[in-house]
Amino acid sequence: MNLEELKKIREKAQKDVELRQKQARIRIVVGMGTSGIAAGARDVLKTFIEEIGRRNLADVIVTQTGEKGLASQEPLVEIYEEGKPLVVYGNMSTEKVKRVIVEHVVNGNPVADFALDVM
Amino acid sequence: MMDEIASHIIDIVANSVTAKATYIIVEITSNTDKDLLSLYIKDDGLGMDEETVKKVLDPFYSTKIGKKVGLGVPLLKGTAETTGGIFRLSSVIDKGTEIFVSFNLNHPDLPPLGNIRDTMLVLVIGNPDTDFHFQIKNETKEFILDTKEIKQLLDGVPINHPDVITFLSKYLDENM
Repeated sequence: MNLEELKKIREKAQKDVELRQKQARIRIVVGMGTSGIAAGARDVLKTFIEEIGRRNLADVIVTQTGEKGLASQEPLVEIYEEGKPLVVYGNMSTEKVKRVIVEHVVNGNPVADFALDVM
Repeated sequence: MMDEIASHIIDIVANSVTAKATYIIVEITSNTDKDLLSLYIKDDGLGMDEETVKKVLDPFYSTKIGKKVGLGVPLLKGTAETTGGIFRLSSVIDKGTEIFVSFNLNHPDLPPLGNIRDTMLVLVIGNPDTDFHFQIKNETKEFILDTKEIKQLLDGVPINHPDVITFLSKYLDENM
């Protein structure tokens, strides 16, 4: 596997791009400040990234941000979806991420068990 | 609290991103003959004046008012010095910040390196608007991942597109 293979991916993916650039349907933000990292945020972010790749969720993006000031509830994850309230999940783990992907991101039902806040 | 060198890398890079860096160089070099592990991180962010540098090295400092967590840099410095290594931070306003840290590879208090593959993946995908140049080097091998090169090849397809994520995961598994 080498970087030249990116050209094939480019051709295949270019048709998705226009759609995506307008507005990602869902934006996931993982808190990666010092306390978040110490609490396991890297694996949480990695699991979101892998699930997006594996399930081909071309209209979902995940990014990282700094401290959120809720250190006791790290790792924290926010899910922004146009026209819907912001959902904040706390004490996230890789297992919880998989449930959030299936129930919330794919099927549109926020996981009440892990939600700290809906605003 | 920060149980791996990889966690420190993510933490320092997060500071660079907060400082509006657009290009971040991360070099990890290990040399067992010299018992040396070194880490070099350079960004082109806002930089800091002398006063701010002093504060960043203070464990009770954070740039965000009212926020008590900001231990990242002092923790890294502490880890380096505990293992008999060195810590250097230099910063220039409007030019950026660079950090060089070394560790004694054989010191019993040296934390594990951690998963560098995952670290690169989360930094590259989690900060799609920032460019990274990673260089991982030991006596026998050198691995380079440069997102400017990757983005050029992608020609407008986002680096966080699912197909690119899948490619990068495999690429890292096979090549690093």
